[in-house]
Amino acid sequence: MPAIFDTFKLRAEAVSAEVHRFPRKTEALDFIVQYLRSAGVADSPQSYAVWADCPFLSGVDKKQIAEQIPGLTFEVTRETAAASRVGISQLDWAMANTGSLIQDAAPVDRRLVSTLPNIHIAVIQTDRLLPDLPSVLGKIRPEQTNYISFITGPSRTADIERVLTIGVHGPEKLVIIFVDQVFADQVSVDDVLVDEAAGVN
Amino acid sequence: MRKEFRDSINTALHNPSLTGALGRFSEAYRISREKAYEGIDFEAVRTQIADRKGYAASHLDELADRFTQKAEARGTKVFRTNDPAKVRDYILDLARQNGVKSVVKSKSMASEEIHLNPHLEKAGIEVHETDLGEWIIQLAGQTPSHMVMPAIHMTKEEVTEVFNEQVEEGQTPDIPKLVKFARGKLRTKFLDAGMGITGANIAVAETGSLVIITNEGNARLVTTLPKIHVAIVGIEKLMANFSDIVPVLTALPRSATAQLLTSYVSIISGPVPNTDGTPKQLHIILMDNRRTEMSHDPKFKQALQCIRCASCLNVCPVFRLVGGHVFGKVYTGGIGTILTAWFDALKSSDEIQGLCIQCGNCTQVCPGKIDIPGLILELRRRLAVEKGQTFTQKAIFSVVNNRRLFHSMLRTASVVQKPMQKDGFIRHLPFFLSDMTEFRSLPAIADVPFRDKFKQIAQTKQKEKAAFYSGCLIDFAYPEMGEAVVKILNKAGIEVIFPEGQTCCGAPARYSGAYEVAAQNATDNISALLEQDVEYVVSACPTCTVALKQDFISTFESLGQTDALPRARELAAKVMDLSTLVKKLVDEGRLTFKEGQKLGQVTYHDSCHLKRTLHVSEQPRELLTKAGYEISEMYEADMCCGMGGSYSLKLPEISAPILERKLNNIKQTCATLVVMDCPGCVMQIRGGLDKDGAEIKVEHTVQLLAEQLK
Repeated sequence: MPAIFDTFKLRAEAVSAEVHRFPRKTEALDFIVQYLRSAGVADSPQSYAVWADCPFLSGVDKKQIAEQIPGLTFEVTRETAAASRVGISQLDWAMANTGSLIQDAAPVDRRLVSTLPNIHIAVIQTDRLLPDLPSVLGKIRPEQTNYISFITGPSRTADIERVLTIGVHGPEKLVIIFVDQVFADQVSVDDVLVDEAAGVN
Repeated sequence: MRKEFRDSINTALHNPSLTGALGRFSEAYRISREKAYEGIDFEAVRTQIADRKGYAASHLDELADRFTQKAEARGTKVFRTNDPAKVRDYILDLARQNGVKSVVKSKSMASEEIHLNPHLEKAGIEVHETDLGEWIIQLAGQTPSHMVMPAIHMTKEEVTEVFNEQVEEGQTPDIPKLVKFARGKLRTKFLDAGMGITGANIAVAETGSLVIITNEGNARLVTTLPKIHVAIVGIEKLMANFSDIVPVLTALPRSATAQLLTSYVSIISGPVPNTDGTPKQLHIILMDNRRTEMSHDPKFKQALQCIRCASCLNVCPVFRLVGGHVFGKVYTGGIGTILTAWFDALKSSDEIQGLCIQCGNCTQVCPGKIDIPGLILELRRRLAVEKGQTFTQKAIFSVVNNRRLFHSMLRTASVVQKPMQKDGFIRHLPFFLSDMTEFRSLPAIADVPFRDKFKQIAQTKQKEKAAFYSGCLIDFAYPEMGEAVVKILNKAGIEVIFPEGQTCCGAPARYSGAYEVAAQNATDNISALLEQDVEYVVSACPTCTVALKQDFISTFESLGQTDALPRARELAAKVMDLSTLVKKLVDEGRLTFKEGQKLGQVTYHDSCHLKRTLHVSEQPRELLTKAGYEISEMYEADMCCGMGGSYSLKLPEISAPILERKLNNIKQTCATLVVMDCPGCVMQIRGGLDKDGAEIKVEHTVQLLAEQLK
């Protein structure tokens, strides 16, 4: 895993993404809370944060976190997402050789939180890291999923004088958080760590 | 050539922000593309793309059926038509039925192909392009100048002016601020729109999926916020299997923008929920617009392998000077010329096909392995058949087809030119011919052509013989190059014969689309060159070599003259370019160089046909190095010099700036001698340096080698 993670980090950072990694969910959660505070999330339009439901949140006391961060909501709508500074979601797979994240994005809340806000925080289990496109294609199921998203760095353009500018219609910042611990209700890639992870938090 | 077309070329050539931006981009592109492909076997990837898209092009009907079935099973509406008008009507009806007042679009070349926006706007529907470049040109009332970077021709100041005039006063030419401004303004359009329109990069039949690639994230919003999503998909985007997306996703971002992957790839396989929980209406329009007809054309079928990366534009020496607008309103550059001929009309390509200088740069980088210059020649041929040749062309070619007349005219010219000639150059021509000598001098026609000089050369009889094919330039302008060939081959113990019946190689006729003339030239040359039993047929002109080795065959094939093929192939097997033959003789120990020569720095110019058609580039360099020269490589050594045969006469305004770049790159090396393997390039570059006055000598490799062999 270290080599493939290093490759991912190198590639993702090369396209202006931020990459963090934590052994346990609690540490990741602390980081996110800190991040939302420092990003100026507040209970006013254009400063909200929206968090799309995901396995990472199972067992997490959402109410308590929402109290810690005024302006953070788990009610993802067109309106809340459009008025948010930060959107948070969990991604399904990571592809090391291009630094990309992959998601079953059929549920609309997953797309709203990763398209409309200025900052997208993407949480992913470390064991979901795959080397390349063929290995990712072995996992995704277009015959079952109506919308699959690949995300590689923040939104970008070079349409004016070929000057690379980050942040056009999508997020201007992509913060990727790897968590080594397996989330409670999510079956891990090789099913080996499921028992160990069960019941944590 | 119409005056309007010539004017559009001149407008582009004299637009410094266009030529500056494109020139800088083409230089940066070459490097960044190479870096993006690091660790990737490009040849293997493009072979996969060519195979899989080639397969799809042969099974369009079947794949469209399968796609439709799969997509409809998931609740998608699929509409298939050959007719652009029906596409426009379908979308307009859908908008009306659903009370749509405003549409947001992510970039779709297919929608531009059918001129969708004006159709919807006339019906009172607002249409907003959301790709930043597309939005800018939409606001400016212009058309895209590049398939991937539609507004590359505009400076930030011009963009600011457009925003100030069309959207809101108070913008300043600060790129990040301009981008933020666009984000804010378009955000409300996304949220208010009743319909989103996209194209697609791939349509997978196996799963009924669309693959949409963007960087800005606009396609994700277009497919998420409005309740209706319409995708317009040219049927050449179909591929059989989901795994087929791998090579395309590997090549497209790398070739288009030198990225490993674009920021976003969306794979849509069915309707998704809207933000209010209702299911989205997903309509996919499979648009034919002559693509099926194209797939039945044995020559043009391969053009359906295009993945629209625009790399053929980025490496084109002509495109970087004139940009996209001269090509018309939709598809631009080399592949654009071909697509325009089909999706619009053959006659629409009449003028723009003439922009191709046939250098072959695009064939090196095309991820679909499309022979773009070859297809443009085929367009030229069909156009010539359709409208016939001009009187002047006919007159010229009837002369070229009559060797005796042609050669006697050249001999007469050598006498007539006397008043205009000095030190072997013609620097000025009177009247309408003056364009030819404006930017470079022309070589004077030799007093004694090679065919006469050859008779004076004393040779020892040898068992091993080679036929020398001089080509017109060596015969009548540079006989000394022919003499050097004989000298070298004699040293290796090979006797040279010069078949008198040889005539023009037919390249000028072929490159003008006059294939019948080229075929006659081919027939005459084949009988002349195969008359005696020789080991080799050698030429010191790469264009002639290509004609003898490849073009004779393909000209006969194009015309269905299959009877002529065996002899053409027999000739082709014996043909060798000079450097390759000399390298072989040196390797065999039959030729050796003088020892310990230190001859100083030279720079080497790769001729288009030698490097890209015959794949010869190391041989001359190795020989020159062995002879004692030190090679100082120039920037873009393999970029065309702007000669292109008669191109420099037809489009001197483009040929001149291409030559100027070449001369600058030569000067940058500080070498005082520039070497090449093509008499045509010698003519162009020597003529350019003569006008320029630079103290740099221009020589054909053969002359330097002849002096240094023992």
